[in-house]
Amino acid sequence: MSVRYGGLSRAEPSLGDKLIHLNWGLVLLILATASVGFAMLYSAANGDLNPWATRQMARLGVGMVAMFIVAMIDLRFWLRLAYPAYAAGLLLLAAVEFMGSIGMGAQRWLDLGFFQLQPSEVMKVGLVMALARYFHGIELEDIGRISYLLIPIAMILAPAAMVLRQPDLGTAMVVVMIGGAMFWLAGVRLWMFAAVAVAVVAAIPVGWQTLHGYQRQRILTFMNPESDPLGSGYHIMQSKIALGSGGVFGKGFLQGTQSHLNFLPEKQTDFIFTMLAEEFGLLGGLATLGLYLLLVAYGIAISLRCRSQFGRLLALGITTSFFLYLFINVAMVMGLLPVVGVPLPLISYGGTAMLTVLIGFGLLMSVSLHRDTYINRRGGSN
Amino acid sequence: MHRRDNDLQRHFTRRALVLGGGQAALMGVLAARMYYLQVVEADRYALLADENRINMRLLQPSRGTIVDRFGVPLAINRQNYRVLITSENTPDIEQTLNRLAHIIPISDDERARILRDTHKRRNFVPVTIREFLDWEEVAKIEVNAPDLPGISIDVGQRRFYPDSVTVAHVLGYVASVSPDDINGDPLLETPGFRIGRSGLEKKYDLALRGRAGASQVEVNALGRVIRELERKEGQSGQELVLTLDVELQRFAAERLGEESGAVVLIDVETGALLTLVSNPSFDPNNFTEGLSTAQWQALVNNERAPLRNKAIAGEFSPGSTFKMVVALAALEAGVLDTETTFFCNGKLRLGDGLFHCWKREGHGKVHLTRGIRESCDVYFYEVSRRVGIERIGDMARRLGLGANFDIDLPGERPGLIPTPAWKQAVIGEPWVTGETLVSGIGQGFVLTTPLQLAVMVARIANGKKALQPHLTRDRAVDATLIARTTDDLPDLGINARHLDIVRQGMIEVTTHERGTARRSRIGEEGMEMAGKTGTAQVRRITRRERAVRVLKNEELPWKARDHALFVAYAPLEKPRYAVAVVVEHGGSGSKVAAPIARDVLREAQLRDPAAFAPGTTTASRASTDTTDS
Repeated sequence: MSVRYGGLSRAEPSLGDKLIHLNWGLVLLILATASVGFAMLYSAANGDLNPWATRQMARLGVGMVAMFIVAMIDLRFWLRLAYPAYAAGLLLLAAVEFMGSIGMGAQRWLDLGFFQLQPSEVMKVGLVMALARYFHGIELEDIGRISYLLIPIAMILAPAAMVLRQPDLGTAMVVVMIGGAMFWLAGVRLWMFAAVAVAVVAAIPVGWQTLHGYQRQRILTFMNPESDPLGSGYHIMQSKIALGSGGVFGKGFLQGTQSHLNFLPEKQTDFIFTMLAEEFGLLGGLATLGLYLLLVAYGIAISLRCRSQFGRLLALGITTSFFLYLFINVAMVMGLLPVVGVPLPLISYGGTAMLTVLIGFGLLMSVSLHRDTYINRRGGSN
Repeated sequence: MHRRDNDLQRHFTRRALVLGGGQAALMGVLAARMYYLQVVEADRYALLADENRINMRLLQPSRGTIVDRFGVPLAINRQNYRVLITSENTPDIEQTLNRLAHIIPISDDERARILRDTHKRRNFVPVTIREFLDWEEVAKIEVNAPDLPGISIDVGQRRFYPDSVTVAHVLGYVASVSPDDINGDPLLETPGFRIGRSGLEKKYDLALRGRAGASQVEVNALGRVIRELERKEGQSGQELVLTLDVELQRFAAERLGEESGAVVLIDVETGALLTLVSNPSFDPNNFTEGLSTAQWQALVNNERAPLRNKAIAGEFSPGSTFKMVVALAALEAGVLDTETTFFCNGKLRLGDGLFHCWKREGHGKVHLTRGIRESCDVYFYEVSRRVGIERIGDMARRLGLGANFDIDLPGERPGLIPTPAWKQAVIGEPWVTGETLVSGIGQGFVLTTPLQLAVMVARIANGKKALQPHLTRDRAVDATLIARTTDDLPDLGINARHLDIVRQGMIEVTTHERGTARRSRIGEEGMEMAGKTGTAQVRRITRRERAVRVLKNEELPWKARDHALFVAYAPLEKPRYAVAVVVEHGGSGSKVAAPIARDVLREAQLRDPAAFAPGTTTASRASTDTTDS
């Protein structure tokens, strides 16, 4: 079977061909979204490019280079790298147990000297790759058998458990949800999802006992933030005040009183969307959500046009994890979900998140470039 | 192979579209939530955001000044220089304090408090190191400012009394607000606010306080002020003009000297008080800065009661100064006239009781004016028995004794004019005639304050109106000051001829060769005074002591000595000033109190403050003086 690129049928496409056929629309969308982030970081620093905006731009630059490299590399290479990447993620998570820095009351970072690596971010991509690789290798009929599902379930639960130990309940749940989405896309039967849902509901009382005090408090506070406006509910209350007072048109760039007077916590990271909606109002907020919707739609489109199961699963897995992060973050700042320390992808200040998101998009582009590559069960082309 | 691939792809597409649909739906939820927060609830949250960031700060108004009738300042506001430290501006608090300690002494206790306060507050909130710095200290700190990071000087206001000791009892003092004072006025809760705690400062507190201004400031989440949005200046407190002449007041206080007692000088035509002296006094400035326990104990335990305003709160037996009351009561009742005489042989027997005259050998034949000028006790025993305690009491009350005037000062006492009904109710025994006799010479149950005695003489001297004593040009209705009028004063209602008779007796006290205060006459043309001595016994003289020899005052402990009293008015024609002098345990009224009263009345007539309405400034007074001369 011949390999075709964008309708052209050629044995070995040149790098130039690949560059031409890159998803430049997607690149533009990414740049646009990241630019919104720069503007907000500029505003968060009270009208200063330092300390956040400039560094974030540098990270975007580095990340874009990485994204292009990842996009150029043949999809089969990524398929072969899937399990090693997953294993590396697990190792990093284990490493954070022993030598992670303490930040925000939890061990989440590995200090590499020049870079603060967040292993749970790496794990996110690794898990998607590994699950795509696994489901690529089994028949549709076998997916109905529980015995074939034990390995991928373990693949999800191992990192989830380690992240939970950090403890980072939010990321652990994201990991489980990404895994769940992969199962859904791979074709796992509906009744199994129903069974798991029932089991989870039944396990809630037990799970509650194992939660840390602050995690319980966060959930309780989420249920009724007004009950404790100066304590744990403070962040949610202040965020809602900031959003609500922004109104339809917002208070204007650099004019957000809530954010600039520091009523808003962590405005450059987790609560950056609040600041955006305070300064640019409902219109600015919806426009940003529109950008994200286009990015997600782009990802879904790529996955639908891919001919290999690995590519499809990889593309939509990455798109879904991207969506989950943005949804959880925005829902959190609007008081729809508990505060769980999840950044807004492409906009929040943060190195690892930016890099992993862009590598994810790189993989997405690689899938798009190699959408017609035939990949057999074991990962070969024939 | 192909079919299987196509199956897989169809399956995937279906599920991917469901997933994508779900994601789109969740995006819709986010958009709906945004709409709810930013459109439906926008007003509520906009309000909450403003409440978050806008703080109202009250601006303390400066307290109204208090001046005497010539505009001499008695209570003013002085700048209070404070040195503060802001911990965020200094790299090392301890080191900065060490350097500051070379300039102004900082005790270990103070240092501990400062460190505690800086830890307790947020690092941008200044903490007071010391208040009430003098200029030299301020200058030294400013010069060394580069070496004192985080140290700043702040200017506030403090109450200051330039003539502190002279007018302490009248002015009272200000002090920090106590929880009991909090009544909803937010001004009271501002830091460092001082409230009138005693005297006029207390009585006129609302008028002196003024109205608070407000400053709207934008604050951040930590409470740090970012900028001022709006400022509304407050209104300073009003100036309070007193009727007192502070120079005369000082003269009277110095004339009393070391003695404990009171001097009250009153304008016979208006009732305006010109002096209201109570000795010994205290320094109210100490109260502003806060009194040490030792200082407070010294004030409270002093047997001469410096904190007590004896002019209005000291209740003394009036002694013989009460005899004008008895005489007027008798004249009005028609039980005697100027010709009625009684014989004094030094004592009077009533049933089993023996009532002595101060003169052992007796006065002989005594008529009314002689009874007053020589203060014959036996004569007044006889008069009292004839006129009765009820009519004496009526006259006493008409002349201003036995009740509060509701003068503007806290702590005023009513004294006591006894009646048979009062004795029955309070002591539970019926009145006996002997007590009428004793009351007739101002002893026994009768109690009066120096203020009441001054009013009594002023009313006798005025003869027409029942004067009301007052200290301020205006009276206060809540926070508003309204000018007083003397138009609606009630008539005294005493026969003018009877008043002439009594005044004649008082004139003879200083002018007749046998008058009890002849030695204290002023003796200058047109300035002479008329008066009445009084010596109030505070101990009982036993029969045995009287048989041997009555002990002299000098032989007794201070607390057992007689009170010396003298009441007088001047000049004899068209009286203008009336005075009451009480020297606590001072001895004889003629020897101790009369000379003081004479000097005060003489000085008053020389200065003649009553010729100028309260509120006249010293400048305009000086110019009037020149045109007069």
